[in-house]
Amino acid sequence: MPGKRTGGGGDAAPLALRLEGISKSFGLVRANRNIDLDVKPGSIHGIIGENGAGKSTLMNIIYGMHRADEGRIHVAGQPVDVRSSADAIACGIGMVHQHFMLVPTFSVLENVMLGTEGGMFLREGRQAARRRIMELSERFSLAVDPDAIVGDLNVGQRQRVEIIKALKGGANVLILDEPTGVLTPQEAEQLFDIIRVLRERGVSVLLITHKLAEIMAITDTVSIMRQGKMAGHRETAQTSPEELAELMVGRKVLLEVDRTPANPGNVRFSASGLGYTNPAGIVELADISFEVRSGEILGVAGVSGNGQTQLMEVLAGMRPLTAGTISILGTEIRADTATSPRRIRILGVGHIPEDRHHHGLVLNFEARENMILGFHDSALTGTGFLMDQSAMSSNCRERMAGFDVRPGNPRLNARSFSGGNQQKMVIAREFSANPGVLLVGQPTRGVDVGAIEFIHKRLLALRDAGCAILLVSVELDEIMSLADRIMVLCAGRNVGIIDAAAADRRTLGLMMAGQRQEGAVA
Amino acid sequence: MSTPPPLPRWADLVLLPFLNLCAAFLICGLIVYAIGENPFEAMGVMVRGAFIYQGGLGYTLYYTTSIIFTGLAVAVAFHAGMFNIGGEGQATFGGIGAALAAFGCAWAPGIIALPMAILGAVLAGALWGVIPGYLQAKRGSHIVITTIMFNFIAASVLVWLLAGPLIQPGQSSPQTAPLPDQTWLPGMSDMLARAGVETAHTPLNGSFFIALAALGLFWALIWRTRLGYEIRAVGQNADAAHYAGINGARVIIIAMAVAGAFAGLLATNEVLGSSHRVVNSFTAGYGFTGIAVALMGRNHPIGIFLAALLFGALFQGGAELDFEYRTISREMVLLIQGMIILFSGALAYMFNPPLARLIARMAAGREHSCE
Repeated sequence: MPGKRTGGGGDAAPLALRLEGISKSFGLVRANRNIDLDVKPGSIHGIIGENGAGKSTLMNIIYGMHRADEGRIHVAGQPVDVRSSADAIACGIGMVHQHFMLVPTFSVLENVMLGTEGGMFLREGRQAARRRIMELSERFSLAVDPDAIVGDLNVGQRQRVEIIKALKGGANVLILDEPTGVLTPQEAEQLFDIIRVLRERGVSVLLITHKLAEIMAITDTVSIMRQGKMAGHRETAQTSPEELAELMVGRKVLLEVDRTPANPGNVRFSASGLGYTNPAGIVELADISFEVRSGEILGVAGVSGNGQTQLMEVLAGMRPLTAGTISILGTEIRADTATSPRRIRILGVGHIPEDRHHHGLVLNFEARENMILGFHDSALTGTGFLMDQSAMSSNCRERMAGFDVRPGNPRLNARSFSGGNQQKMVIAREFSANPGVLLVGQPTRGVDVGAIEFIHKRLLALRDAGCAILLVSVELDEIMSLADRIMVLCAGRNVGIIDAAAADRRTLGLMMAGQRQEGAVA
Repeated sequence: MSTPPPLPRWADLVLLPFLNLCAAFLICGLIVYAIGENPFEAMGVMVRGAFIYQGGLGYTLYYTTSIIFTGLAVAVAFHAGMFNIGGEGQATFGGIGAALAAFGCAWAPGIIALPMAILGAVLAGALWGVIPGYLQAKRGSHIVITTIMFNFIAASVLVWLLAGPLIQPGQSSPQTAPLPDQTWLPGMSDMLARAGVETAHTPLNGSFFIALAALGLFWALIWRTRLGYEIRAVGQNADAAHYAGINGARVIIIAMAVAGAFAGLLATNEVLGSSHRVVNSFTAGYGFTGIAVALMGRNHPIGIFLAALLFGALFQGGAELDFEYRTISREMVLLIQGMIILFSGALAYMFNPPLARLIARMAAGREHSCE
């Protein structure tokens, strides 16, 4: 067993959290089936599983957001009835959500005292909260300035505020839902240090993630969920990523991408001195130049929020270019050229947007309607005055089969599909147009292991067919395993472009922090 | 606070509106009981008045026709993600357009003059919709504010026209002269009489068929054309529409033009079909009733038709109620309408969580018994 235990004496001490036979159905969907879970005091327990495996439902049951249909919850050996998050907090359970629940215009102190304001003029609440922040930051090495405005903090610091909020009620069990999704490798390391301190102080941490590496790096024990059931419990020291992946997916999974060397051809897509200044006058991108050749993947790495979104949207025509030029398959676009997403698409650019819920799909549209998003005036909808519904359906069914979208029902609303299948729908749509240039943003965010494998294979196949691909991802592993060259963005500027073969996590991490590295081409 | 499971589609479309309606009638029944009348008898009077008494059905369908047009005006805008409060003003302009076109075509035979009058109603309504649409799309002026303001402007323009340029010569009441005969839409009882069926004379007229056609047109436009696809995409997810290369501003302007055109068609019923002239306030609040109808009808043509029929029956049945009872006045009917709007608009999802849990439990029970 790694790590020092202060939680004490083995089997004698009551479990920090114990679930027995938890089941929960939503209509006909059985999200959780007969789940058992034991979490020892002062341990780090990982919960891993594909999207839709029921992790979130289970956590929401523990935190009182949902009520289990069956089963019992014990906290510190006592049976409890958690009906609301207030009950959960009273039982000593805290939760940090994947998406932060902070008021950006409030100070850290004001955010922490939300819910326990204490009196009309906030005096008591303010003082108590300040004392509590000091206490907690000392005890758990969570350094934050109570008077800083949350909007000015970086993501890692905001997460610390969330952790303090979760711990302020004296939580003994802390649930962290996908906590590293928005962090740099260095920030993630700092978070792990905090988690280890929490463990030493006797807090039990439940870490929800789909990243195998994190489970292996930090947890003591791990539970694997699959299709609403517990697929197994393991001591982390006695398992391997391969075994975990197999338990998650239910079959053997290829963790490493099987790729052949790139065979780059002509330059298909390039930018020179590209810049974007937003309507408020803030420079969000400046002086970015790159080339992408046919049959090559240029990866764009960087900490989330360093201009990747803006870069993709400028390239796709969704935001105006304000400086420099872009060249797409021989057509030059300058800052004064009137452009639109439609025009860029007609030039032969496919775009898999970073955020499929926000941009890539209309969730309340049927699958077949989503399959023509951006192509609704093309031949896909027939040539008549009315759109050809049967052509739309058959085309959609065909693509769903080709890209393994399940269930393969064209009349189902996009909302009803799991994250991985939604993403496959977007990919099927964009790939089928056979683009000469493809912009890909976060292709596997929130997608399960099996689908990641599939998406990676298809991307490489498209590259080998000659497409010029620009790939933005905040997953370094993904960039490193797919890209042929890597451009690093920091604060909206190009830190440099390096060969993927020469890249390692340390170099990239330093570049992501803005340090230019030798061997990198600007 | 646990979240309820999603409601099955049939329950969402049929059961929930029905329950809301029952709740509204229950409260009204209690009030009728409280003032000392028998609610069941009152209900019977309303139903008979709206459907069974001589001419009742005709009046009900006449009201229904007007409400369908304004309901569609709200629904089209709603699909584009906008709340069109301006049905009243757009319908007012429809009347002005119809009258101007009709007087302008006084020389022409009916086969030209009538279509021109209808076209006048459509274009003038569309004009009064497209201006707020443009202001929203290009200037960011909120559509709710501008359409409300445009109702007032339209009402003032109408008063000015009826008191001045368009007033019937030699008359002092604010109304136009009768429109040329050939621009009148035929009355329903006349049409039926020609087919050999004798019915009571009611204001119901050929505009009813225009309303039915408008419902069909609306369905095809929204769910079968590329423009409808763009309208729905912008309304459901403007960012995704932008990503897909759809010009959101253009779609908003067009959708508001179409909405205004539907509202303008109200003039075919009120002006070309029944009063045969433009009178002050001929829109009679239909623009606002249209909001409730579109909401209750879930912006679907079948739903809009049923909701419009309900409100038409309430107007007519309510008048009957007022007539039969000394204790129940016109205001009581307004109360019933208010209750229906409250329950099916503002509180539309009040019964959703318990109903969803009940259905989920029943479904689960059935599944268990099958295993």
